[in-house]
Amino acid sequence: MKSAVVIFPASNCDRDAAVALEQMTGKKPHLIWHADSDIPDVDLIVLPGGFSYGDYLRCGAMASQSPVMRTVKERAEKGVSVLGICNGFQILTETHLLPGALMRNAGLKFVCRPVGLAVCEAQSRFTRRYSSGQTVVFPVAHGEGNYTADDDTLKALEAEGRIAFRYAEGDNPNGSAHDIAGILNEKRNVLGLMPHPERVCDALIGGTDGRAMFESLIEAIG
Amino acid sequence: MSRISPDVVREHGLSEEEYAKIEALLGRAPNMVELGVFSVMWSEHCSYKSTRAHLKKLPTKGKRVIHGPGENAGVVDIGDGDCVVFKMESHNHPSFIEPYQGAATGVGGILRDVFTMGARPIAMLDSLRFGAPDHPKTRSLVSGVVAGIGGYGNCMGIPTVAGETAFDESYNGNILVNAMCVGLAKKDKIFLSAAKGVGNPIVYVGSKTGRDGIHGATMASAEFNADSEEKRPTVQVGDPFAEKLVLEACLELMESDAIIAIQDMGAAGLTSSSSEMADKGGVGAEIDLDKVPQRETNMTAYDMMLSESQERMLAVLKPGREKEAERIFKKWGLDFSIIGITTDTHRLIVKHRNEVVADMPVGSLSDAAPVYERPFVKPEPAHEMLLTDATRAVVPSLLKVLGSPDMCSKRWIWEQYDHSVMADTVIGPGGDAALVRVHNTNKGLAMTVDANPHYCKADPYEGAKQAVAEAWRNLTAVGAHPLAVTDNLNFGNPEKPEIMGQIVAAVDGIGEACRFLDFPVVSGNCSLYNETQGEGILPTPTIGAVGLVKDVTKTASIPFKRVGDAIFLIGEVRCQLGRSAYLRLVESREAGAMPPVDLSAEKQNGDFVRDLIETGIVDTCHDISDGGVIVALAEMAMASGVGAHIVLPNGMPPIPFLFGEEQARYLIAVPTEKAEKILTDAAVNGIFAMMLGETGGLTLRLDELGEVSLESLKKSHEAWLPSYMAGDS
Repeated sequence: MKSAVVIFPASNCDRDAAVALEQMTGKKPHLIWHADSDIPDVDLIVLPGGFSYGDYLRCGAMASQSPVMRTVKERAEKGVSVLGICNGFQILTETHLLPGALMRNAGLKFVCRPVGLAVCEAQSRFTRRYSSGQTVVFPVAHGEGNYTADDDTLKALEAEGRIAFRYAEGDNPNGSAHDIAGILNEKRNVLGLMPHPERVCDALIGGTDGRAMFESLIEAIG
Repeated sequence: MSRISPDVVREHGLSEEEYAKIEALLGRAPNMVELGVFSVMWSEHCSYKSTRAHLKKLPTKGKRVIHGPGENAGVVDIGDGDCVVFKMESHNHPSFIEPYQGAATGVGGILRDVFTMGARPIAMLDSLRFGAPDHPKTRSLVSGVVAGIGGYGNCMGIPTVAGETAFDESYNGNILVNAMCVGLAKKDKIFLSAAKGVGNPIVYVGSKTGRDGIHGATMASAEFNADSEEKRPTVQVGDPFAEKLVLEACLELMESDAIIAIQDMGAAGLTSSSSEMADKGGVGAEIDLDKVPQRETNMTAYDMMLSESQERMLAVLKPGREKEAERIFKKWGLDFSIIGITTDTHRLIVKHRNEVVADMPVGSLSDAAPVYERPFVKPEPAHEMLLTDATRAVVPSLLKVLGSPDMCSKRWIWEQYDHSVMADTVIGPGGDAALVRVHNTNKGLAMTVDANPHYCKADPYEGAKQAVAEAWRNLTAVGAHPLAVTDNLNFGNPEKPEIMGQIVAAVDGIGEACRFLDFPVVSGNCSLYNETQGEGILPTPTIGAVGLVKDVTKTASIPFKRVGDAIFLIGEVRCQLGRSAYLRLVESREAGAMPPVDLSAEKQNGDFVRDLIETGIVDTCHDISDGGVIVALAEMAMASGVGAHIVLPNGMPPIPFLFGEEQARYLIAVPTEKAEKILTDAAVNGIFAMMLGETGGLTLRLDELGEVSLESLKKSHEAWLPSYMAGDS
């Protein structure tokens, strides 16, 4: 699997994502600068966490207008896998590659802690190595992860099996609707999630529950 | 240009004698720009004029020390071509006036001090002191400071991994915000601030200059009074996004060899960076203010020289390398401007609109700055050994201590900090020391910040010694070899002999402990004049420290790991309650002598415990500090969800045994088959070791002294801060 990590100004989980990808795939991902509209031929594009362009506007709003995102959008439409983590998820909703929006956390504070996640949809290229209903632990670290969407969208997400991860019961850190932690697009080649799978690929630093996401992609893509 | 009247001199925080000295150095009266420059450079904040004579006594050298105090941060060798770069700095005054921006720019400033040296910051720590919880400002100050630290550090993507927070009414009008940054650099890629060589371009990079923070350093060198809030315009405004870009751009440029010298523009901005770089390089500097990127129109030379706008750096480049540097800064969307040149005049010459607006010998600003041997009164320490036979019930006392503002869980705070970004945090907040892996290696850096102002109030000398010993012990408790120290000396007005006495005693205490433990001081900061309306804070020398773990898979942490482990107390029992958390929080009194610090016991016990951890025998360890044995035990149980059953030795008075804060002690837990070995090894090494009981169950059980469920412990430990911040208590 060939991969790329996009770097926006003030992305700050780009290195973490690159390290996890290299560790899991054995290949260094391409690092793509936000001002470049060229992305090499890759199987997976990762939009990492951080505070793109400072996120002084709505989180991800500036990034969604960047040259690189035009290419990401084209590739996503062609079926290339796109994984948006944390700020990456916010950018995906701002780009409309995923529906809904991520609002300020219900507690109005940034929150960083490990959270329990229920794998709700194991039938996707991102989650096939998990089992449906399995509980995993990933850390969250965000101030604006409160997922919201109109009722029709939420219904569609539920009905189409596009809610990949939900916060475990009683462990919703941000007030997200339907306890949503991560969703898939209709074609199921784009996943956005607030928790950080790349921070749990190493037993020494908090667990290995994130590895199955990368293993799923490797298995699905080759 | 306005004439300099005695009033103007006074408004600049300079004494008559200091003004006379300026005239003598210049051979004429200064103009306003020069007066402004001298006022900041000679402020307590920049010149350390009250403490310099005493700080010289601190041990600053060691076989691993590459750069000690005098550079932007200390640099210590950690082997394999790597070094750790770290420093702690206060942002006390600004954080009281404007808590969010004050704390945020404190974080920004200390980050720049570290990456200026060529290091990538890998962790932040904070030591916070607030006023009494029932003081009307405290809640909003806690909220603002925590949001400010998080707002800046989280955006930068540097994990905030450890810290401490406590409350005392002496900080009602003068909170303390001490931030420490730890970075990693290659030994052969350390950047310094000496602008060696003549005719080299001086470049300005980063954000534009505005009128914010003018005279911040002078403000930080004065006491507060009732109208301190009017000083809000002297507080700078932080932009972590800009800082992140400056960080990445600087590190990218540092991969080449284009830089001769580099320094951040912190306190006293352009003034201190240009004069210090020139002075250290033994050259002069000529600066053209028209070339300075400006955010506002019609800024005067005075404004620009004294502005403390954030996220700015000054660098001296090798001639001919300007284009290469400019390309990098432009890529990151940052301003880049060649604003001057180094000269052989040894003078700082500043031009604005084609006129020379300042012309001063560079040495006059730093070397010639006044040094005061201020009169001091030696503190009279409390001597009475308090062996009270308090008969209060153990469990309610424990719940009270664990649920108190000082001792309660600070989860509400550290969950607002990203502590796992960079994916190298092995032990995060809540441990004795945090442990961060050295990226791409099997090594780790342990780090901690410690202070006990209540001890220091009783005895500034022993109290400061204790802070060093406790930092050393915290590092040891995770299996680290303590490397070096950064200190942040927070005190009241040094012009008062009794306050100066606290400072002198504390510096001597730190010196003694650091010498004995071979734990040199490589960087630091002083924050004086922490007084409001004549009332000083508790003497608060804060110690930040870093240690090296050779193999991150061989460490110890607080949570119990197994049921049925034997629990040992390492270190002697003296049953003293003087200045303990128990006395203060349960009996509401502060009395007696603080626990004595026996440095040789400290070293002996610590070396013993570290050896057990390194050889893989011990993986569960907690140092014993505030609250004594019982609080340490409760914390180990709460962190793991595994309880413990302990039995007091015969005839031991329960409260003094359980709550006494004797130093140089640890609790460890090991599988029972290793218990014999612990006792034998301890006996061979002359170490006091006592088996207290074993792990298991869902309670803390002390036989006839009572039993308490982990759930009740946690409830009491976790409840106070969130409920206080929600306005419920």
